[in-house]
Amino acid sequence: MNVHCRQWLKGCRDGIPIGLGYLAVSFSFGIMALRSGLTVGQSVLISALNLTSAGQFASLSVISASGSYVELALSQLIINLRYCLMSASLSQKVDRNFPFFHRFLMAFGVTDEIFALSASVNGPLSPFYTYGQMSVAIPGWTLGTLLGAVAGNVLPGRVLSALGVALYAMFCAIIIPPARKSRVLMIVILSSMAASVIFTFAPYLREISSGTRVIILTVALAALAAWLRPVEEEAP
Amino acid sequence: MRGNVYVYILVMAGVTYLIRMLPLTLIRGTIKSRFIRSFLYYVPYVTLAVMTFPAILSATSSPWSGLAGFLTAVGLSYKGKGLIFVSLCACAVVFLLELVLV
Repeated sequence: MNVHCRQWLKGCRDGIPIGLGYLAVSFSFGIMALRSGLTVGQSVLISALNLTSAGQFASLSVISASGSYVELALSQLIINLRYCLMSASLSQKVDRNFPFFHRFLMAFGVTDEIFALSASVNGPLSPFYTYGQMSVAIPGWTLGTLLGAVAGNVLPGRVLSALGVALYAMFCAIIIPPARKSRVLMIVILSSMAASVIFTFAPYLREISSGTRVIILTVALAALAAWLRPVEEEAP
Repeated sequence: MRGNVYVYILVMAGVTYLIRMLPLTLIRGTIKSRFIRSFLYYVPYVTLAVMTFPAILSATSSPWSGLAGFLTAVGLSYKGKGLIFVSLCACAVVFLLELVLV
């Protein structure tokens, strides 16, 4: 088996928790899309073309309120602007021995989860590892939307509720292990969570949407960490 | 609904793809600045930490089961367990706890 195939398979395997989590989240998207007046086909099309949770949920309120196209475009831009930072980060991570066109394909798969896994590999990133995750995540996301749209009430609420933590648990499994060996990373993670708590509950700050909150805190805290504790040249 | 739904879908798909594609294709070389390299190195950790907590507390039927799922995930990750195992264990803890709680 060649290297690309091995990377692809590894991506598929690591992508299973992503696919499971997506199945649960997009299931509820399917239910909500139908309630907003979309057809089953349109709901599935949105999921297949966008592959983004917060942006899609936000789009439903714009579409059902007959908002303008500009309003929709702006809301997507703000909510999904964090992908811009992730893509910039991945641009440094992609193995430069691969032809350039891979970047156009990989770009479609930049989600919070796929980015997290892709950024966590040791050394340069093979596009095929990302493709493997996409091969599991995209069907999971699309299929979940379809199931939610056609049969919103099949999965018991208890199961949906339990699946709700799948993605967050995976985030922990990505950021915690490297932080064991680095006190700086541990402090970065703990202060990020503390700042996030403040932004979620404090008066005025809690008015900021979750997408914008992620951007503000990421830019501020990553810059602060980079300023106080720049990483050595050989890392990452 | 007044607007054409398919135009809506294309607009959002276009915007979302461009946001993802432009940085990946426009930044071709290795970034020289040590500050920006360090910044991009810290981005995933900050982003994921911010997105996980406290959002995980409202991801389930009860904040307590969410907290239990979070602690399970952190504990098992700290022990170096794999992604799938950590994920499934956190789901299982939430499921079992909610049998009692909810």
